[in-house]
Amino acid sequence: MSLIHKVFPKFKVNVDQEKCKKCTRCVNACSFGVLSFNGERIVADNEKCVDCQRCAVYCPAEAIMINDFPIVYSPHGTYTERIRKINWFQSGTGGVLLASTGTDLPYPVIFDDIVLDACQVTNPSIDPLREPVETKVFLGSKPAKLDFDIDPGNENNVTMRTRFPPNFEMSMPLMVGHMSLGSISFNACMSIYKAVSELGIVAGSGEGGLNEAFYPYKNHLITEIASGRFGVDLNYLQGVAGLEIKIGQGAKPGHGGHLPGEKVTSLISETRMIPKFSDALSPYPHHDIYSIEDLQQLISALKEATRYKIPIGVKIAAVHNVAPIASGIVRAGADFITIDGFRGGTGAAPRIIRDHVGIPIEVAIASVDERLRNEGIREKVTLIAGGSIRYSADLIKAIALGADICMVGMPVLLAMGCRFCQQCHTGNCSWGIATQRPDLVKRLDVDVSVQRIKNLFHAWNEELKEIMGAMGIDSVESLRSNRDRLRYLGPNPHIAEVLGIKHVGE
Amino acid sequence: MNMNNFTHYETPFRDDKVFDGCGISAFINVDGKIENGSKIIDMVTCLQDRENGLGAGFAVYGCFPDRKDDYCFQIIAEDETTRDKVKEFLKARGTINFEEKIPVKSDMGLPRQPVLWRFFFKPQASVDKADYDDYIVKVHMALNDSFQRKAFVMSAGKNCMALKGNGWSHEIAEYYQLDKYKGNMWLGHSRFPTNTPGSWFGAHPFSLLSWNVIHNGEITSYGTNRRYLEMFGYKCLLGTDTEVIAYLFDQLVRRHRIPVPIAALAFNPPLYDLIDRMPREQMLTMKNIRMTYRSALLNGPFSIVVGSELGGKPAMIGLTDRKKLRPQLIAQSVDEKSYFISSEEASFERLKLAEGNDHVDIEKIWAPHAGTPFIARLGDGMVRTGTEKPFEGIQLAINEYPPELGI
Repeated sequence: MSLIHKVFPKFKVNVDQEKCKKCTRCVNACSFGVLSFNGERIVADNEKCVDCQRCAVYCPAEAIMINDFPIVYSPHGTYTERIRKINWFQSGTGGVLLASTGTDLPYPVIFDDIVLDACQVTNPSIDPLREPVETKVFLGSKPAKLDFDIDPGNENNVTMRTRFPPNFEMSMPLMVGHMSLGSISFNACMSIYKAVSELGIVAGSGEGGLNEAFYPYKNHLITEIASGRFGVDLNYLQGVAGLEIKIGQGAKPGHGGHLPGEKVTSLISETRMIPKFSDALSPYPHHDIYSIEDLQQLISALKEATRYKIPIGVKIAAVHNVAPIASGIVRAGADFITIDGFRGGTGAAPRIIRDHVGIPIEVAIASVDERLRNEGIREKVTLIAGGSIRYSADLIKAIALGADICMVGMPVLLAMGCRFCQQCHTGNCSWGIATQRPDLVKRLDVDVSVQRIKNLFHAWNEELKEIMGAMGIDSVESLRSNRDRLRYLGPNPHIAEVLGIKHVGE
Repeated sequence: MNMNNFTHYETPFRDDKVFDGCGISAFINVDGKIENGSKIIDMVTCLQDRENGLGAGFAVYGCFPDRKDDYCFQIIAEDETTRDKVKEFLKARGTINFEEKIPVKSDMGLPRQPVLWRFFFKPQASVDKADYDDYIVKVHMALNDSFQRKAFVMSAGKNCMALKGNGWSHEIAEYYQLDKYKGNMWLGHSRFPTNTPGSWFGAHPFSLLSWNVIHNGEITSYGTNRRYLEMFGYKCLLGTDTEVIAYLFDQLVRRHRIPVPIAALAFNPPLYDLIDRMPREQMLTMKNIRMTYRSALLNGPFSIVVGSELGGKPAMIGLTDRKKLRPQLIAQSVDEKSYFISSEEASFERLKLAEGNDHVDIEKIWAPHAGTPFIARLGDGMVRTGTEKPFEGIQLAINEYPPELGI
């Protein structure tokens, strides 16, 4: 028998047999079929382990440890363990490798090369616990100017002529990114939607339609019109906080959506309006959008359909030419534009695209903001940035580079218990987040998750205020595009030039 | 006085932005009475703790009644060759009706002096009269841009001017012989820059058209404001946060025709907590202002006096940041013909104690509220006291109410 296909596991599950009570709780906890009880002891099929840690967390005796599999790969700087495994797997399956979350490759994170400013002497810093520091923002398009009619006879009689364009008022410059029902579970969606409604912000629906159970929260949702048009009906368009045409996603620019048929349960089927167990594959492009003028028509059609009462946006992935594309989108009439950086997450994407296509969000924000300014159309539009906004520091730096609002996904999943095992595409999420298996979905306690998401966003907002206060800024609009308050402390000063920020010491 | 750094730093610093603390003083005779600079010198020179000898400047309105329709370009140049080039630059864009050396006191024993010149300028015939102001802004910006490090515009307004330099306020006043000019509104500034050797180009007032801004404080939103203004052709080349204030006033008040009390709400918006409790018209207007002009919000501590001349009437505007982190006081003369603004009450006390022409009877002195504009205008007297609530005294209507979000 040929064993050349055999690849050693990544992880090794060690069960401390002295501590183990043989309660088999871990066997039930494992959704990947790693653990079993052979009548005497718990045994592990290491090959299946993904290090989701569910068993270890739920073991009452703390008897489980998950370690790296102790095998040494003969060292080589070019043909690393990762590269070797890719070739081994593909020569076994002959297929495109799937992956989830954002790329796991150690690309440099430019955010980490940027440092922030604070006040000393010439200007008092502000303690946000003692004095107001405001973080409210508006999502939607803004007029270029306000027109006031002044009574020629009495200058104190003033009429504002400019119409207030549809804008959603957000309590903080932060939203939950688009994760569809399908990519994540019903309970995960419910937790997110409840949390954002209570926080006064918005979440993206993803392209998976909107289940009736979520209608009460839809005035805090941006529903997404993607190339598959899943679940798009009147209820999906009306009464929402915003509508977004999804052109691309940071994790897989140029790609459509993938929801394998086995995940299309009756819940997904009725929400997406597709037959049960059929693959939900949204096309790579929108087949009614092959050009910018086609996009303009869809934007106009959606504005007409919603009677100009809802902000309409477009989401694109951060690619090399993101700046001129964004400019075209603004000129096509978008009220907001969402840019998803290449480290952004996904429920399922071809690994080759996830790992190699696109540009970092830091650069995309800077170049889009700059381009829109050069063309004099920046103020009109709300710029939402996402794709590896990992914690509040990234949020603050993204805003100072030019974003109005940041969109986050992974941190929200982490708040709900995600251990970042990167197996979302398998649908076996043991924490009940990225799965449709009813036995797993029910593991996710909605009330607990709502509270944890709220806590997380509250903490980020407080940290945003702390940093702004230290900078002597009492309102977030004065942080936006304020690149003077950033300095570059990294290996490549040319990046600083591209970002339009100075080097430290300058 | 420091006869260096006329149009650029001779020994440049790596950090090109200047922070400064300052003394500001200003007054207006709303009855139109003109007088020379001795009162403003009294007011500003007594604020000695607020300056360190590294910059001062003055502005005066109504000073060229015979040439009130010409734009008075006052430039500081490194040498006469540059001055000639500036002249060619201006001649290519319009007519110079008259020019002169800006008179300075010659016997101060100064080694090396900048070339200070004044051109009375009229845009070329192809420019529509209604577009004169926009045209002048373009010429002003282009001049500063083309002559970087060699020459810059000190002021370019009609029937008003700014005079500034690198020195103590009493030195600058003496150097420019302020007793020779007469006007109905005067602004005076003394400077305490922290991290520079001081400069001529970085001294206040900062001018554009008839806007003259003197400022005490630091604009923490400078980057945001600058990037906003750059979209509309303003060039922030003078390396000081104050210039964005002058340009923002021009953008909102002149170009967008927003009344000053409302524009002040864009620079210094009330907190959302307060906005949400306003009557509906005010609430909607205020939110629209904050949303539309989110990049015009002036953050950080400031106390400013803005001289303006809208519709031919000089007006003096006092404004502080919404937390009021820098001082500002207002005084009214007993005859209600003059209004005074200063960083410190000492300026008013000095006028009360002065003898002769400089003496003023003052009884009413008050502090304007944080973020609230004080406005006094020629012929109209005090228009805003600086103690009003947002929109107080303004009949505000809305032409079209917004739809409820969603349908």
